[in-house]
Amino acid sequence: MMDLNTTWFLLFGVLIIGYAILDGFDLGVGVLHLFARNEKERRINLNAIGPVWDGNEVWLLTGGGALFAAFPIVYATVFSGFYLALMLVLTALIARAVSLEFRGKVESNAWKRSWDWAFGLGSLLAIVLFGVAVGNILRGVPIDSEGRYLGGFLELLNPYSIVIGVLSLALMVTHGAAYMTVKSDGDQRERMKSWASGGWMATVILYIFATLYTMMEAGFLFEGILGNPLFYLFMVLLLAVLIYFPIALKAGKFFKAFLSSCVTIASMLGLAAIGMFPRLVPSSIDLAYSLTIYNASSTQRTLTVMLIIALIGMPLVIAYTFYIYRVFMGKTVLTEESY
Amino acid sequence: MDADALFLSRIQFAITIGFHFLFPPLSIGLAWLLVIVEWKGWRAGDAAWVALGKFFGKLFALTFAVGVATGIVMEFQFGTNWAEYSKFVGDIFGAPLAAEGVFAFFMESAFLGLYLFGREKVSKRVHWFSILMVAIGATISAFWIIVANSWQQTPAGYVIQNGRAELVDFWAAVFNDSTLVRYFHTIVASLIAGAFFMAGVSAWLILKNHRAELAKRSLRLSVIFGLIVSVLAVYPTGHEHARQVAHTQPEKFAAIEGLYTGQTGAPLVLFGIVNAVPPELGAEIKIPGILSWMAFGDIDAHVQGINEFPPDEIPPLWITFVSFHNMVVLGMFFIGITALSVYLLRGGKLFQKKWLLWAFVVSIPLPLAATQFGWVAAEVGRQPWIVYRMLRTDEAFSFNVTAGEVWFSIILFSIIYLLLGAVYIFLMYRKIKHGPEPVSGEGVA
Repeated sequence: MMDLNTTWFLLFGVLIIGYAILDGFDLGVGVLHLFARNEKERRINLNAIGPVWDGNEVWLLTGGGALFAAFPIVYATVFSGFYLALMLVLTALIARAVSLEFRGKVESNAWKRSWDWAFGLGSLLAIVLFGVAVGNILRGVPIDSEGRYLGGFLELLNPYSIVIGVLSLALMVTHGAAYMTVKSDGDQRERMKSWASGGWMATVILYIFATLYTMMEAGFLFEGILGNPLFYLFMVLLLAVLIYFPIALKAGKFFKAFLSSCVTIASMLGLAAIGMFPRLVPSSIDLAYSLTIYNASSTQRTLTVMLIIALIGMPLVIAYTFYIYRVFMGKTVLTEESY
Repeated sequence: MDADALFLSRIQFAITIGFHFLFPPLSIGLAWLLVIVEWKGWRAGDAAWVALGKFFGKLFALTFAVGVATGIVMEFQFGTNWAEYSKFVGDIFGAPLAAEGVFAFFMESAFLGLYLFGREKVSKRVHWFSILMVAIGATISAFWIIVANSWQQTPAGYVIQNGRAELVDFWAAVFNDSTLVRYFHTIVASLIAGAFFMAGVSAWLILKNHRAELAKRSLRLSVIFGLIVSVLAVYPTGHEHARQVAHTQPEKFAAIEGLYTGQTGAPLVLFGIVNAVPPELGAEIKIPGILSWMAFGDIDAHVQGINEFPPDEIPPLWITFVSFHNMVVLGMFFIGITALSVYLLRGGKLFQKKWLLWAFVVSIPLPLAATQFGWVAAEVGRQPWIVYRMLRTDEAFSFNVTAGEVWFSIILFSIIYLLLGAVYIFLMYRKIKHGPEPVSGEGVA
């Protein structure tokens, strides 16, 4: 039987993966939005994510809440440590959110183009900063024996983390493009197809490079990994979907291609999580100072209460999220209510 | 310790929460009014109510979006600026925030998408159900936030152990002494905000004689609704909340009521000018014995005054007294104006009273001012504690965040929020000016 701390590591992972998959395509569409050819394409982009982006972003908020509740030491240490970076993430997410809502409200080209830029750059910045944050967590941050963060802002912009940021960008643009092949048609769909296959290529190359880089930069992540059956599961899944993605795309099976990119994201994050476990934030000063699921967690009672809350709430969330996605399934059609 | 970083973090929290807190109350109030409006449109098949639903639905969507955008900041700010607080209370305080996500945010956000984009895609029944779910979600959301905040006011269900507050009894922590009264009071205040928004917008449309026949319906609905909730804000929710504060946070009670000397037969202060050092009131108007009676049911009861507490454990006096009294005055005004309007509804006299219609227009922001005053009284009244009699605010902030960093984020958020606020008002004004779509067969003006 898994202990509660491990269960919460898993559940927090599920929330992060859920966020990366769901808001990932919103943000990816945001970046692609910068390259849209005309007003109709832009409106298709906005309305393809319009009904769902808000619910998708909630995965991040709930992830933040769950981290606070289950691993408050990590929540406090990382968020205060990454202060400026996080403020920029928040700015980017605010820009993305309000641009969607504000853009269509005034019939003026300058107005719309301004919000298009805010929307696209907000999305881009969020994706890259999330990637950089993941990179820093993977390689470890300076945490002393008392659990205090000793780093600064510029240290976060190290080459390794920037590579992970770029990988994040390639991955999410591919994912967003795959989503848009489902949601658009005609010329726009053709271009989304080529964005998706180009993005796929970039993702594969960057992922291989990043893996090798990780071996040098954070070899501890690979210790004992071959003994973990989940490692093989995620590797096989990842290989399978990476091979299948361009095939599906070529065959015009766009929804299957999109599902493949969802599984790609889940597998990559899953593999990272296996390397991290049971650490949550490795210390670059001494691995023994790392924040783990045991030394950074809430009490067993709180973890139990939280588990009950998750077990009651999340099935409901998944049920109605699924229902709403079904309502908006298929190509995006512009109506009177659209953005 | 960096005193500047502490002070700036407090300012930043006040700015970010203060701005954010303009939108959720308005969203909650409008959501419930839309539940009624859409119900009438659906059940009665009435095109006028459908048009009103679409109109106020758009205003609601804009309000909701700014609320969401500014709310993201709140979820992370405890960790960024109040790391010591987060470590100390995380075992208890994190759970309601996570519960809010699981039980409320998902629901309101997911169904909002369905409500705004699904009118033509789902049946009328499901469409109405979607706004109902948004309203319920938003109301549940408020519950968990009030739980978290009330635990700061009247902590319960915990033990101090391992250098932090650890959970002992979840339900005791959730339903601590102040949760329910504060929750009902806040929800009722939100409903007032929604009612006055709808009333003000409708009054303006009538004054401009633009879709006036439609606007008369929403004005009628909102003043009746507004009267009911305005009364509820004072009694029982406001009264019970004040009684709770008197019993559980006597320093705060003394500060908001302006009672600087503890006494039996304590007077209710209606007006006064605060002099903080030494604490005294000038030019006050007061009714003897009433405060004792309201708080403890006995005009001879002893009410503790500021002089009975250690000087380093009393909240700022001026701001708490002024905020609280402003809120009360506004609350009385809400009852007065809605009661008069409901009376004038008979025979439609209300729609001819131009001065009263204008009064509603300028009153749109007043319930939001009242919620801000109430919140300031509640939060500043809790000082110097971040968790009442457990953790002081100056021990709670992030030690590794510098004043320079907080300056950066304060300036950043101030610019963004000023811009957001300006665009929000500009867009709301445009939408209101455009008005609801005309309904054939109605007297389209």
